[in-house]
Amino acid sequence: MAKPMPVRTVAEESLIGKRIPKMDAPDKVAGRTRYVQDLNVPGQLHGKILRSARLHARIVKIDTSKAKALPGVHVVLTAADVDQRPIGVRKDHMPLKGDKVRSFRDEIAAVAADTPEIAEEAIRLIEVVYEDLPPLTDPEKALLPGAPLIHEDKKDNVAMTFDYANGDVKQGEAESDIIVEDTFYLHYVTHCCMGVSGIIADYQPNGNLLLHSNTQVPFLHKREFAEIFGIDPGRIRIIQPPIGGGFGSKLDIYPFEPIVVFLAKAAGRPVKLVFTREEEFVASPTRQPVILKLRSGAKKDGTLTFRDCVTLHDNGAYTSWGATTPFVMMQTISSLYRVPHCCYHTKAVYTNNPYAGSFRGYGNLQATFAVEAHIDKMADALGLDAFEMRLKNAQDPGEVTPQGMHFKSCGFKDCLKTVAARSGFSDKRHAYRVAESAPGRYKRGIGMASMLHVGGGAKIYPSDGCGTILKIDDFAHVTVMTGASEIGQGSETVLAQLVAEELGVPLSAITIVNNDTDITPWDVGVHASRTTFIAGNAAIGAARIAKTKILAAAAKVSNIAATDLTLRGGFVARAADGQVIMDLPKLLRSIHFQDKADLVMTTFYYEPPSKHQDKEFKGDVSAAYAWATQAVEIEVDLWTGIIRLLKVTAAHDVGRVLNRLGIEGQIEGGIVMGQGYALSEDLMVREGRIANPNFRDYKLITAPEIPAMDISFIESMDGEGPQGAKGVGEAPAICMAAAIANAIENATGVRITALPFTPENVYRALSSARGQAKGAA
Amino acid sequence: MSLAAELPTRRIAFTLNGSPKRVSVPLTLSALELVRDLLGLTGTKYACGEGECGACTIVVDGKSLNSCLAFAVDLDGRMVTTVEGVASDPALARLREALVEAGGVQCGFCTPGIVMQAKYLIDSGRATSRAAIQRGLEGNLCRCTGYVKIIDAVAQAAGVNA
Repeated sequence: MAKPMPVRTVAEESLIGKRIPKMDAPDKVAGRTRYVQDLNVPGQLHGKILRSARLHARIVKIDTSKAKALPGVHVVLTAADVDQRPIGVRKDHMPLKGDKVRSFRDEIAAVAADTPEIAEEAIRLIEVVYEDLPPLTDPEKALLPGAPLIHEDKKDNVAMTFDYANGDVKQGEAESDIIVEDTFYLHYVTHCCMGVSGIIADYQPNGNLLLHSNTQVPFLHKREFAEIFGIDPGRIRIIQPPIGGGFGSKLDIYPFEPIVVFLAKAAGRPVKLVFTREEEFVASPTRQPVILKLRSGAKKDGTLTFRDCVTLHDNGAYTSWGATTPFVMMQTISSLYRVPHCCYHTKAVYTNNPYAGSFRGYGNLQATFAVEAHIDKMADALGLDAFEMRLKNAQDPGEVTPQGMHFKSCGFKDCLKTVAARSGFSDKRHAYRVAESAPGRYKRGIGMASMLHVGGGAKIYPSDGCGTILKIDDFAHVTVMTGASEIGQGSETVLAQLVAEELGVPLSAITIVNNDTDITPWDVGVHASRTTFIAGNAAIGAARIAKTKILAAAAKVSNIAATDLTLRGGFVARAADGQVIMDLPKLLRSIHFQDKADLVMTTFYYEPPSKHQDKEFKGDVSAAYAWATQAVEIEVDLWTGIIRLLKVTAAHDVGRVLNRLGIEGQIEGGIVMGQGYALSEDLMVREGRIANPNFRDYKLITAPEIPAMDISFIESMDGEGPQGAKGVGEAPAICMAAAIANAIENATGVRITALPFTPENVYRALSSARGQAKGAA
Repeated sequence: MSLAAELPTRRIAFTLNGSPKRVSVPLTLSALELVRDLLGLTGTKYACGEGECGACTIVVDGKSLNSCLAFAVDLDGRMVTTVEGVASDPALARLREALVEAGGVQCGFCTPGIVMQAKYLIDSGRATSRAAIQRGLEGNLCRCTGYVKIIDAVAQAAGVNA
């Protein structure tokens, strides 16, 4: 008699919350990853762009004859040579400028040549005759009567306006025991992706257009490219090679992209263009600079009464996403704390300055900077604890704000309490305040700020969907084709993790395909901290369909009900006790060969229905919202204005931690990006010209300068989130400047309302405050 | 190639990742262009071209070097290691593994330079503490990670705790 098979069991093991190394990291550390800079296609030419030498001028004449005569030059194009349509958010931007230039970055001509060196030489040989026009570089002057017009058809220089209101600000004022008012100046910074911009355009023999592009929004770009060239979007294929950083910079289409397509078309050859670092500084977008006037009120007990906010956005010469950041800013103004009466008005005005795009946080760094300064200011004036005042006005789960945002999961108060306790906030703030008036060169300060941001997608398009195609082969290898783009943030790993969790297979059994519009399902792009939430839900959906099919087949073979079975450790197992019923690859082989395997799954996840924002900006913009509080401790050198960031204590409501390694990396990176925004980064735009287009003069934070970090996760388990998770990508960068401003005030007694807090700016602000204090005495 | 062809060139001989190389290079060619464009080793990255970011770091005769600032002709007679050349180096395998496991990689564009600078710090005995590692990585910019996990990884590979 045969011995009975020994009973094997497999333990339930979850991947959720584990530290999962990034799947693409081994290639990256080996130098094997090929970015667009590293790609070359057979027959490729090299593109180069001539940019304006003038700030604001009519183009009288462009002479390209010498460039065309240079050996090795294949094509020279100007606006006269191409049939182009305007690009950008307001379609106010021709890729090649024919009539006039509106900023120093403006593209006038382009060359395709055998080598980059020849292309550069050809660019130098192009002669342009300009007729200068009066410049406009001060956004406040853009609205004055008689101001130079940047676009002749925009008679008031206004690119965009946003107006939002709830309640009655007058009533709020009447109910206030204190009213504070300030003007905040938020400066230019730029993304500084380590991988500079680049593209390869390649017309295929069948007339289809193949682009190797760094875009964050491949499907939306297909449509936009098609509109520019007047071709069928279905004939455009976008492949995204691994991308050397995004942070929002690759959300819009920029002139160099259609220009390279024009070059490729004219040359009949593929054309590659990669920016120099200087070009990257000059010709990629900036964070939106803002002049923000805020009035806020509160009652004696600290209850907020109203907020009245007017902002002026320097749009630059053309309209990209920067102009639409009020969409996010107003959410912080109206809904980070409970404010019964609120109004927000903004204008984005054209100037001859560089134009602003989308950048991690999307206006929220600017709005949070102002809102959090006023909480501190009012708390101090009312003699309240700054933390307690925040707690008093903080949102709770279930609230629907006057703007219509519905906070289903909300760990805001837990974020506040966690940070206050772990940083020793209130005691330190008091002690540093007392020490402020004592003599001494070095002063310490602590400051706190919180943020609200979309964490469940962003309904800025009619749909916020993402698709997944999932296939399983007969060796239990799973391929996940997702619309979600990987820009370094780790989406491929988290998606693999979510699928592995459902299917009980190791991560090594999963391949993610995410970079080819001919293969991957439709998606609106990587932005708004949406990928884990939206693409994660889509991936889980496909994995669950697969699981159901596999368990049904296993039930048939084993005579155990599918509901009593599960997938675990590469086996079909009994759910109750983990007893191994069969080997998964073997089952899959048998169903692939003998049954209708049907193991290609498709899903689309769309955000759950909600009250979409109306024309007054009231409604819900996300399926879930992320919350965070950060406290910073600093040391100010009163003699030099140098600020040392000592420690950051952060608590983030992330719904649930999926990949602990990945989420820590996002938060640490965001904190340091926020540190740079506050302390060191300053894109100096002087009369429209960028004065510091290099890493020597544009100072990024380096390894020795980072603070100690204490990061806590608040797991509010969002009901709609994938495994309860919410988005986190943008959140960590948002609070830092606001918290540092509050810490400077705590350390020195001086409120600085203009960024950045570079040593010179801080020193001047402190000196001027001392001067005023002396004058008053 | 018409412009490049007019430039004076010189023949150089050096050791690249353990193998002898003989190439003819224009006098103005940078070491970065030599390894990337002439020799096709694209692991070494261009990110600023003026020695400010460290993405192009290579190791020459045991010292780390911004290859964008060095002339190719100056590699004559030297021992050159690029990120591709460390596959067979067990010490480097440990460093690479640490960068992966500790989460020191996000977009990855700065990573080859970090690997080479960390190799230099470890090989030269400079990775003696976290603070020393932080100082040693000052010339390598990273926009994604906030450096924490890069420092963790190098400390781990160097066997440094504090």
